[in-house]
Amino acid sequence: MTSLILRTATRLLLAVLLLFSVFLLLRGHDLPGGGFIGGLVAASALALYALAFGSSAAAALLPVGPRPLMGVGLSAAALAGLLAALAGRPFLTGLWFVQDFGGYTLKLSTPLLFDVGVYLVVVGVVLTMVFGLEDD
Amino acid sequence: MLTAILLTFLAGGLAPWAARRAGASAGWLFAVVPLALSVYFASMLPRVSGGITQVTPWVPSLGVDLAFRLDGLSLTFALMISVVGVAVVSYAGGYMKDDPLKPRFLLILLSFMAAMLGVVLADDLIALFVFWELTSLTSYFLIGYKHEKDESRYGALQGLIITGSGGLAMLAGFLLLGNEVGTFRISEIVAQGDAIRASGVYLPAFVLIALGAFTKSAQFPFHVWLPNAMAAPTPVSAFLHSATMVKAGVYLLARMQPALGSTDVWFWTLTLVGSATLLATAGLSLVQRDLKKLLAYSTLIALGALVVLLGVGGTVASEAMIVFMLAHALYKAPLFMVAGSVDHEAGTRDVTALRGLGSVMPVTWTVAILAGISASGLPPMLGFIGKELAYEALLPALLPLVALIAASVAMIGIVGQVVVRPFWGRRVEAPVERPHEAPASMWLGPLVLALGGVTFGVLPMLLEPLAVPAASAVYGAPLDFYLKLWHGVNLPLLLSILTVALGLVVAFAWSRFQPALEAAFGGVRAGPAGVYDAFIKGIPKVSAATARRVQSDNLRDHLVIILGFAVGLVGLTAFLRGGILIPADALVMPSGTPYEWVVLILAAGGALATVRAHSRLEAITALGVVGFAIALVFTFFAAPDLAITQFLVETLIVILVALVLMRLPDGLLRERTGAVHRLLSGGIATVSGLLLAGLLIAVTAQPMDLRLTEFFNAASYPDALGKNVVNVILVDFRAFDTLGEIAVLVVAATGVYALLRRVRKQPPAADQGAPGGPEGGP
Repeated sequence: MTSLILRTATRLLLAVLLLFSVFLLLRGHDLPGGGFIGGLVAASALALYALAFGSSAAAALLPVGPRPLMGVGLSAAALAGLLAALAGRPFLTGLWFVQDFGGYTLKLSTPLLFDVGVYLVVVGVVLTMVFGLEDD
Repeated sequence: MLTAILLTFLAGGLAPWAARRAGASAGWLFAVVPLALSVYFASMLPRVSGGITQVTPWVPSLGVDLAFRLDGLSLTFALMISVVGVAVVSYAGGYMKDDPLKPRFLLILLSFMAAMLGVVLADDLIALFVFWELTSLTSYFLIGYKHEKDESRYGALQGLIITGSGGLAMLAGFLLLGNEVGTFRISEIVAQGDAIRASGVYLPAFVLIALGAFTKSAQFPFHVWLPNAMAAPTPVSAFLHSATMVKAGVYLLARMQPALGSTDVWFWTLTLVGSATLLATAGLSLVQRDLKKLLAYSTLIALGALVVLLGVGGTVASEAMIVFMLAHALYKAPLFMVAGSVDHEAGTRDVTALRGLGSVMPVTWTVAILAGISASGLPPMLGFIGKELAYEALLPALLPLVALIAASVAMIGIVGQVVVRPFWGRRVEAPVERPHEAPASMWLGPLVLALGGVTFGVLPMLLEPLAVPAASAVYGAPLDFYLKLWHGVNLPLLLSILTVALGLVVAFAWSRFQPALEAAFGGVRAGPAGVYDAFIKGIPKVSAATARRVQSDNLRDHLVIILGFAVGLVGLTAFLRGGILIPADALVMPSGTPYEWVVLILAAGGALATVRAHSRLEAITALGVVGFAIALVFTFFAAPDLAITQFLVETLIVILVALVLMRLPDGLLRERTGAVHRLLSGGIATVSGLLLAGLLIAVTAQPMDLRLTEFFNAASYPDALGKNVVNVILVDFRAFDTLGEIAVLVVAATGVYALLRRVRKQPPAADQGAPGGPEGGP
């Protein structure tokens, strides 16, 4: 698994794929994409990196380990639900904050936070398995 | 009231943080919490006769509210919990002075107190159940506090299993009762006693609820957990035994008496169970020589007496039950704390190893004597009034009366060992070099409680504002009575004199017969304790035997069973009963576009290659081709989200399975199966493929119901500001499902992680060459 071609290509692909995963995540509400798909792309990118360089090198790219990542994601999703409760609405009601900046519209919402949570959970789950299997 | 409970929980949450800063004075600091609660509840005293109700909607769609109601009975319990709580928390500050985990302890203790208040204040059956289970959980942590000790873990688990199972039975009873009456509001249920007693659910509801109460209040044969709960730190024992936990069952019975009482079943069940508890534990108490064990059995005696009184019912029994219970709280907590102080300062709880502590621990001994006189039921204490009333109430019921007298005799025997034996004499004997008096934090609380027993004994009218509404709530109708210390010479008094005479004999003869009894019965684990042990040991045996029979390590065996059942049962049934209708035109060769044909051939080729593959790696790669082909099909039919997901999942599956295969020993990389196996697998695979294809054709032949599609298409943007319906469903319309799914993912990944770590710790398994694989392989 240490071919030069794989390593070189992986370096390039990693950045592109991670960027693409965030792109998929953010556009998901209106166009094909979303947290689940974005998370899978990011996880594949990091899994590829783990295959090329070893899982400890891949783990070093992440600020936290894959298992804490799952926890953070699940908490973010739960928090997205609880925010609605704080606003006196039923659990997981979508809350939106829409603001125009001279033609560009900023749309922040609890479904987006929820989707970020899904993204992180998916990355954490897949990497927990990949690192667990690859790591020796 | 909800605020008071929540604030107590909050104080518990702050405890770890605050206790670390407060250091040695944390006990005093946190005693303020129950003190404030005591003041709050005491201030309710003048308004309590009519009952005060507070309702906060909780799950309105199910008719479940956080409803609280303060009447005489609730207030009695709430005051008991908070007043004893003050003594317990301040005592714990001294008792656990050097314990680095004291902050954690305070957290659990305060949470327990809050849960207990919830139990006695709740006016909703479901809310009561939730608080009830919270007390079981928190007491599990309290009993198991010294978790490095076997006996603590054993005692904690036993308490949880017994009270938790009882709690589930109780929940079933609550649901029956709530459905019958049409409300979960306790005050409304209690008002409809006649209708409940006449209905068909009365008997099952009563039995289930009584099981909850009997397990919690440690009635025979569920009493076994209580003596083992002695493994808890002493402040916990003092709290659990005097004012909380075990009193919760008594509270439940008292609360439900107007709804479920006054029947023959009620009378016989409670008096028989209570009498059995009295007799069994009175006998068992004579075997003990550990201070806390002795006191534990005296608690069981008191609980038996309370259940008997509730069973007999009526005016005098209701009064007796309340007074007896208050007296018990006021003497049992100090006695436990005395036992704890003796253990703490003199180094042992074995009464046979202690002598003459009275000269070095005068204050502790004073507390012990004050509480002991009340426990023995002697004047001028509240305990005397309680016991006289109990005798009077039981006069018409012979068996419970005899049982109570026997138990009271044993009680005096216990008091003799706890209050007199360790302290008596001039020469000091203890394992510790120089035993000394306990610090103020460890005698002030118990002293106040014990003095309370004296005060209310001498001036019982002080207790009437509380006892009268409480007894009325138990009785179910307003009562009016006066408490008096001296009732003149009557039958109860004569019985008391008899009790004391016999009790003194037991107390003095104790040192002669106890060693013989302990030698004979000390190690015996027959009866309910043996049944419990056999049950606990039996569970792993049964599950191991079951697993050996039904569990296979081979994935193929699982697939054969799962698919075989799907084809054999579901498929065959659907086929025979005409569930799969395949219209004639569906079988006509469709006219696909050329690229559709290419993808189809790709998928078919991949499938064929998978089947023909010689190595596992080859098979998994070929299977990936099938997956990608299917993803392409999704793109043709305008399902981009599905297609992307399919592509990514296929990729990751190939990577993950390849990683798994790399970890297998070389010999396992190649398939070596016999012809029979291949035929069977091939047959099942073919038939299940045909079944799925048939189902798909049959389903698509039906006109599609578009209502859901139309709804989501229409609602997606206006309601959720999203144009991608798939994503909007995932994160908004059905976000709760998604939350559940990602939680499952996390659990599954954690399981995988744990398994992989386990595998790695083991030495590499030897290559057995058989396709069954080495045991415990990934």
